[in-house]
Amino acid sequence: MSEILAKYGFLIVPIVKVGILMGLVMTLDAYLTWLERKVIAHIQARWGPHRVGPHGLLQPLADGIKFILKEDPMPTGVDKKAYFFAPFLTLMLALTSLSVIPFGPDITIFGYTTNFGIADVNISLLVLFAITALGVYGIALAGWGSNNKYSLLGGLRSSAQMISYELALTLSVVGVLLIAGDFSLKHIVEKQAGDFGLLSWNIVGLTKGGGGFTQIIGCICFFLAAIAETNRIPFDLPEAESELVAGYHTEYASMKFAMFFIGEYTSMISVSSLFTILFFGGWLSPFPASWTVTHYLPSVIFIPLGLWVFYDGIRYETMLGRLILPGLGAVFTVLGFALFLFSPVNEAIQGPFWFFAKVGFVLFFYIWMRGTLPRFRYDQLMDFGWKFLLPVSIANVVLTSAVIMWRMK
Amino acid sequence: MISGVLVIFFVLAGLAVLGAVSLIWQSHPIHSALSLILVMVSLAGLYLLMGAEFIAAVQIIVYGGAVMVLFIFVIMLLNAGVEERTNFSKMATFGGVPLALALGGIIAAAIARSSGQLAAPAAAQGALTSTRDLSKLLFSEFVYPFELTSFLILVAILGAIVLAQREN
Repeated sequence: MSEILAKYGFLIVPIVKVGILMGLVMTLDAYLTWLERKVIAHIQARWGPHRVGPHGLLQPLADGIKFILKEDPMPTGVDKKAYFFAPFLTLMLALTSLSVIPFGPDITIFGYTTNFGIADVNISLLVLFAITALGVYGIALAGWGSNNKYSLLGGLRSSAQMISYELALTLSVVGVLLIAGDFSLKHIVEKQAGDFGLLSWNIVGLTKGGGGFTQIIGCICFFLAAIAETNRIPFDLPEAESELVAGYHTEYASMKFAMFFIGEYTSMISVSSLFTILFFGGWLSPFPASWTVTHYLPSVIFIPLGLWVFYDGIRYETMLGRLILPGLGAVFTVLGFALFLFSPVNEAIQGPFWFFAKVGFVLFFYIWMRGTLPRFRYDQLMDFGWKFLLPVSIANVVLTSAVIMWRMK
Repeated sequence: MISGVLVIFFVLAGLAVLGAVSLIWQSHPIHSALSLILVMVSLAGLYLLMGAEFIAAVQIIVYGGAVMVLFIFVIMLLNAGVEERTNFSKMATFGGVPLALALGGIIAAAIARSSGQLAAPAAAQGALTSTRDLSKLLFSEFVYPFELTSFLILVAILGAIVLAQREN
């Protein structure tokens, strides 16, 4: 096994990793829609999806089947090239952006050491920004190619919005870059490791060598700009349904619409990952590295969660629910005990555990905002981007450089 | 000998040439702009192949992203239609065709005279590769040209604002 890996590992390992990541992200996307509908429903005192499967857990599957089986009409007068190319481009760029994100520290399997992500590029942050820069085309082309005035307005709005907020997004990261002195996301995370756990992350900036400086301004600017870049509420002007029907994807149905949909959720995941990496220490644990007892935290969370799902599931009203939910609970419980017993696996899972916990919280925050905030007006959106976010991001760059200069003296 | 690098080079170079030809061939401005994006992105790939990572990323961010988005935005905003085809003008027949042939001849001669070896990656020649080296040079040796360029861009921005504000 290890000989084969040593010889052909450079070819096999990336393919396996891409396969795993694709499966994982598609599942995550599907259940993110479920989570979003559930959370928003509960915010609005409704139940949300609860018919298909227990607690609506099979709803994403039903949605998927619906997307595949639906009729896909093409309106007359569309620009065929742009109309067909746009959804592919959106989905392709969204998935490509995940390829440079490190989900954990390097791991060794069967004597083969590899990075916990698909590609470990030393300009990974720039690659991400390059992909974001190209992301506008999918939406702009969809809007223009559909031969529909609402689509065109949506496409125009989104182009203008993405150009405006890209500046603030890029500038808000410069502070982190100045501290890390590196474009590699892996090194940016490693720079945030320190004796103080979560106090060493860039958002607080108490690193061991004293090279850090709090990036809370950059963090807030990045988050706001990132919401605008992913076209989410309160900045979802490109698809404002009360004004533009559905914006740039008005004329899309079936799988082509699903591609935009999956693309949007995937870019949400990649932006949340980037946010976690830049300001919240990526895969690092929030506790000081010397506290080894916190390594049992995954078990401490999984076992009670599994037991609760089991207990809740055996009383569920439908037969299917009484089968699925206790099964799910049992899986969680067994997983928790397995992590408790097999220490090497537990150590290997620490990085990804914290990474996905943080990303999950950021995604929940996204949904929470959607359930809470109303949409901006278009001129307010532009004013906010150019007159508030951009100056504040530049001020953060100046402040951080001044602090670094002052320390160098 | 066909190595992996050479194959990637020919794919990227082919895409760039294809994009450039398609840019002229397409009758709709948006399709032409899209072809130009293909050229930009293929060029970025070629830079990457030569070991200039930073330039490659900046090529996509600035040219592929910012500049071309502006092009597309303007074309969409003006709602420009399909362009009209005209016959060859006299200028093109007597000036353009010989010039194009001459350029083709020069390129062909340059290829024929070369040793058939691919240029080594920039790193091997001791040139700048890392962003750190590049920025050090930019802010020490070339600081005056850099600052002058920034000043020029600032003037252009101010000019644009003045022109836009004139009507009020």
